[in-house]
Amino acid sequence: MVSSELVTGSQTHTAIETVIRLESSRLIAGLARYAGGDIGIAEELAQDAVVAALEQWPREGVPANPGAWLMTVAKRRAVDLFRRNRELERKYAQIGRALDAEVDDGTAALDRVVADDIDDDLLRLIFISCHPVLPVQARVALTLRLLGGLTTAEIARAYVVPEATIAQRIVRAKRTLSAAHIPFETPGGTQRPARLSSVLEVIYLIYNEGYSATAGADWMRPDLCHEALRLGRVLAELAPDEPEVHGLVALMEIQSSRIGARTGPSGEPVLLLDQDRARWDQLLINRGLAALARAEALGGTRGPYVLQASIAACHARAFRPEETDWARITSLYSALAEVSPSPIVELNRAVAVSMAFGLAAGLALVDQLATEPSLRNYHLLPSVRGDLLLKLGRAAEAQAEFQRASELTSNTRERELSAQRARTAGAQTEESSDNPGR
Amino acid sequence: MRFLGYTLADPTTPIPEPTPEMFAKMGEFVAEATKAGVVLATGGIAPFEEATKVRYADGEFTVIDGPYTEAKELVGGWALMEVRDKAEAIEWTKRFLAVAGGGESTIRQVYGP
Repeated sequence: MVSSELVTGSQTHTAIETVIRLESSRLIAGLARYAGGDIGIAEELAQDAVVAALEQWPREGVPANPGAWLMTVAKRRAVDLFRRNRELERKYAQIGRALDAEVDDGTAALDRVVADDIDDDLLRLIFISCHPVLPVQARVALTLRLLGGLTTAEIARAYVVPEATIAQRIVRAKRTLSAAHIPFETPGGTQRPARLSSVLEVIYLIYNEGYSATAGADWMRPDLCHEALRLGRVLAELAPDEPEVHGLVALMEIQSSRIGARTGPSGEPVLLLDQDRARWDQLLINRGLAALARAEALGGTRGPYVLQASIAACHARAFRPEETDWARITSLYSALAEVSPSPIVELNRAVAVSMAFGLAAGLALVDQLATEPSLRNYHLLPSVRGDLLLKLGRAAEAQAEFQRASELTSNTRERELSAQRARTAGAQTEESSDNPGR
Repeated sequence: MRFLGYTLADPTTPIPEPTPEMFAKMGEFVAEATKAGVVLATGGIAPFEEATKVRYADGEFTVIDGPYTEAKELVGGWALMEVRDKAEAIEWTKRFLAVAGGGESTIRQVYGP
């Protein structure tokens, strides 16, 4: 046994902070139910309990059931507030009445922290954090704060924005939810698909910001990817009957399997078909394929995440790029275009078509998208067009497209990649114009 | 960050005799850790006495079969965890050991392919 002398004060402190972080989302979720769905109050009560833990645990040790300990302290705090000022806000009064009897009998409240109830509360917390009444950026910030247990500083760093901006977003979001009297519930019936879709959108936005950072010096921020993947895995256990949840998890697992392979030695992006597939993480691929199988077993129409995961699975199953089933990918993109039509899906479909049915067929589809207003400033349009033109031997046109792509992205790494491709295409232009003269 | 946590049930670090209650509690614990998105993969390890050691030195292979001691059969277990940092891996390992009732686990960071 390691003697307690070997455990330093800072180790204790780290251990306590870790326990609190792991318990944070469940604590807030449980308290939010008592607070009539007011997550602002829930967070304040949770914070009070955390302060108490940071005072007591270093002296008395971490309790055997830290989650229940924090919950009880937070509930007592709610009762105190209520008793001290009965004129306090209506919501405190509401919690106070609900808890008064419960906490009077000492630690009985501990036993009432039933795991299943907390699971339901956690799912409600996810739904309310991703409520469509909030702007998308606010949903993202609130979800990372409440469900991920990230500090505002950590969120700000991940999104390369000032901490005050994130803090503002979170404060406003809580105010909006409170003012709109959004119920703390798991939506059912006709509401459910739209509400679930908002949850999935938020998680995938977090994932994508990590997978392909829109700004900053790094092409990827794997921490955000891991956080989104963790949220997805948690959600899959809380809502196991939703095929799209498993679809999203499958998509993120498979995309994550390539994280190690999609950057070169100096951090530069490596495109899918150029990646060393031996570096793909087979564990994550298998987890992704298993999640996809779980989604398919539930049946129903294939939604956008199941379809995107199926496309990712086609790549994952190919040991070499030339083994890729492009015809299947093309038909999956067609199905995706039907359930969630978007010019970006069309652009991807064009790439698949060029691989399955020839460069000219792909280029024709890309050219149709040239006038699409929403793609006017989308760097991947000229990037894809440049790629097809270069393969067709039209290097000068390709160079112009890559040049344009590099001007359209604000991500440093991506800009460098496009600029590099423009130079390569430029070199080929010179070669072809040199040759006839010789 | 990934960590491999394992209890090898090496006879030199004895673990309590598993009981049906412990197995039930352990099942609940693994479900909880999976729900939290922490466990990527997990499994058991056959008794130490059945282990085989393969050595390679000076160009020669040596294969050494157990049993190595007279200790009674003890099985071990392992879990591949995905966590934010080492402190989280330590906390989950503490929770595991509390359910197991005692013993010693090793955690080591593992790197992707």
